[in-house]
Amino acid sequence: MALRTPLYDTHVEAGARIVDFAGWEMPVQYAGILEEHEAVRTRAGLFDVSHMGEVVLRGPRAADALGRLFTNDLRRLVDGQAQYGCLCRPTGGIVDDVIVYRRAAEDWLVCVNAGNRQKDFEWLRAGEGPGVTVANESDDWAQLALQGPKAAAIVQRLTRTDLSKVQTFHFVPAEVAGVPCIAARTGYTGEDGFELFCPADRAAGLWGALLDAGKGEGAIPCGLGARDSLRLESAYRLYGSDMDDETTPLEAGLAWVVKLDKGDFVGREALLAQKARGLGRRLVGFTLTDRGIPRHGYPVLRDGVTAGVVTSGTLSPTLKIPVGLAYVPAELAAEGATFAVGIRGRAVAARVVKTPFYSRK
Amino acid sequence: MTANPVEADMNFPEDLRYTKDHEWARRKDDRVVVGITEFATDQLGDVVYVELPAVGEEVKKGEAFGVVESTKAVSDLYAPVSGKVVEVNSPLVDAPEGVNEDPYGDGWMIAVEPSDPKDLDELLDTRAYAALVQEQEE
Repeated sequence: MALRTPLYDTHVEAGARIVDFAGWEMPVQYAGILEEHEAVRTRAGLFDVSHMGEVVLRGPRAADALGRLFTNDLRRLVDGQAQYGCLCRPTGGIVDDVIVYRRAAEDWLVCVNAGNRQKDFEWLRAGEGPGVTVANESDDWAQLALQGPKAAAIVQRLTRTDLSKVQTFHFVPAEVAGVPCIAARTGYTGEDGFELFCPADRAAGLWGALLDAGKGEGAIPCGLGARDSLRLESAYRLYGSDMDDETTPLEAGLAWVVKLDKGDFVGREALLAQKARGLGRRLVGFTLTDRGIPRHGYPVLRDGVTAGVVTSGTLSPTLKIPVGLAYVPAELAAEGATFAVGIRGRAVAARVVKTPFYSRK
Repeated sequence: MTANPVEADMNFPEDLRYTKDHEWARRKDDRVVVGITEFATDQLGDVVYVELPAVGEEVKKGEAFGVVESTKAVSDLYAPVSGKVVEVNSPLVDAPEGVNEDPYGDGWMIAVEPSDPKDLDELLDTRAYAALVQEQEE
């Protein structure tokens, strides 16, 4: 049975094309991926990301329990601050990449990927014990992301809370269009914007209010297609495509969210050992120097022999060049290194480039 | 894919023949011009890349002769007839959006000199193709 967000009917009525994503019937596009992509880069776009899950840890021991399951250093957070990081297996393989929101010293909300709701809940429940409860609140919450240079101004028009005080990766409780929300200055597009967590049964009203408020600025509804091309231009990793239980955050280029010296956490030993040993492969950003578009699963070729794999790829709608992420042998990971991508039996020349491919001014 | 109400007003011209893979074929003098249908472009979304054969190459009915890619997906193009490619719509390489804008006109892909004129007669007519599209939508 396919899963649906509280906004499913809204999407269908608005003429969205619906596809399956990780078991969810989700809008992949409304007007078209390129148009939606451009709206987010230049104006604002609204995404239904209610398929994302929310697991909440509460209690006097919640911070310690979560810290033992999380690669980043939660001690750096204050109330109202969020942090990106990974949950790892003892092998160092990635269970999921998540954002942790510190609502209070004893109240931590973990936003998890749609396909990993149950897996992550079970994983985090390992931290349950005296002084820690773990609740899967995924079905209680909807999540709307308004992203783009005009996003903050549009949300501001619908709330009395001063959003200018909310820095990137911070959040506040706010009533937006009369709907009680967590308004978080986070996103997955590389643009400024807010992710609004609200009660599931209030999502449709909030969705309509945001689109109405943004009409003058050209805000439009967007689907998962544009979300994917936007995140890829920003070189944000996608769980299940760019990383999984078999890849480590070090290989995936996420060493910056792995704090090996923060104290013990699940996976730390394996990651320390991997670091000492040296990485065999690394996830890199690349462009093609010949014609073609890289796609998930295409082989990375060195001297005609498979040496790695493309994990994400598209023709960048903003830059108009082919861009992708690939696991390559460590010796091919430096900027400027060259390899080939096998596309329908052809070896197409590729070059490692700096990421993000695109970043806002 | 599920619910999508837009197909009702789709255009499948009467002077074309169709494959079940959503290519169209138009007889033009002794040639057959080939493209993809409006339904195909709608399913694909924005076309951003087209890979076509060179003039002089042979294509074989039912086999892939090229590729069309949207932001998200890759699709093979299947030849509606066998024969030799005598012309290629090379402007599409730099302006692939032509496929979306005018699938039955400027968005044409190749012209083939058919080796067996009967190939064309075996393709679907408008009514049969429209029925196929409707079936795929359900």
